[in-house]
Amino acid sequence: MVTILNENNVTELQSVAGTELWVSQDEMQAATGWTLKPEGFCKDEVCVPVPLGKSETLIADGKVNLSEVWQLMGKPAAASSDGGVWSLGEAANDRNDAMLSLDAPDFTLPDFNGKLHSLTDFRRKRVLLITWASW
Amino acid sequence: MIVSVAMDAEIEAAQPWVDVASPTFVTLIDKNHQLSSLYNMVNVPQAVWIDVDGKIVRPTESGGSIDILREFDMDIMGFKPEAMERAAAAKATYTDAVKDWAINGKECPYVFNPDAARDHVEPMTDAMALAHTKFQLGQFLLHNGRQDEANEVFAECRELHPYSWNIFRQTSEKMDTGIAAGEEFWAKVMSLGDKEYYKTVDMPGMS
Repeated sequence: MVTILNENNVTELQSVAGTELWVSQDEMQAATGWTLKPEGFCKDEVCVPVPLGKSETLIADGKVNLSEVWQLMGKPAAASSDGGVWSLGEAANDRNDAMLSLDAPDFTLPDFNGKLHSLTDFRRKRVLLITWASW
Repeated sequence: MIVSVAMDAEIEAAQPWVDVASPTFVTLIDKNHQLSSLYNMVNVPQAVWIDVDGKIVRPTESGGSIDILREFDMDIMGFKPEAMERAAAAKATYTDAVKDWAINGKECPYVFNPDAARDHVEPMTDAMALAHTKFQLGQFLLHNGRQDEANEVFAECRELHPYSWNIFRQTSEKMDTGIAAGEEFWAKVMSLGDKEYYKTVDMPGMS
């Protein structure tokens, strides 16, 4: 059993824990939104081609070496020492590009009653997004 | 409208503040500090002004706070009245600016044009991005009874992103008050040198 953390999503998979993270294509999509297409690894409008000679280390028996793919895409990853929990993060470059586009990055978070709200729910209003903490 | 977000890993820690304040605005909780990663936030409070079309017109900044922390007086365990007055004046200045924006929109003098807004975006480094990735791992381990492993991960986060007070204080031991402002905190504040605890907000009257 492996747990994947990505963008606040937690996905439990039947994969085997280890130093590499091999998952099925369906699992990859469920956990990260990335899919394998003829063009390469794709999400939304973005596709990253599979480098020449790399396809065997990245794809085998219908499974994808997701930790390797993540590294290939320049994104940060971190695993628990037993390889059972993987946090797949987003690259600084991608975060910087998103901020410089000035499109406010969307997020979905619960209120104190557990009801989910997304930033995009508040379009057509001016939003002062402001943080605080108990600590 | 105001969307306030508690950067708190435990809802139990933040709940009493909400109970007392009874906010009439939207109040959310961000247990994994996702906004730190999305908006490159490093402290609280931090604010972002987002226009009706979803465009950022003031990127992440220190809200109504000015950098008086290093003027904390250990003898009186508080701030001198003069510092308190400056902080209160800055908060009022910032609040007035927000009100002006709410009424006047794009005509508000504190709205940045796109180039100016981009100039105010603080760049994120690879180390910071890795710190956010590990922070999420640490939070998961912590909430699944693996505290020792979590603490090792959090120690790495602190090294990777030393000026993230969100990471530092969230993962610090809290005092009885629930506030992470013990010896370790003050030692870190006093070692800041020229670096600000709250980066100065680019607005007249905010320094």
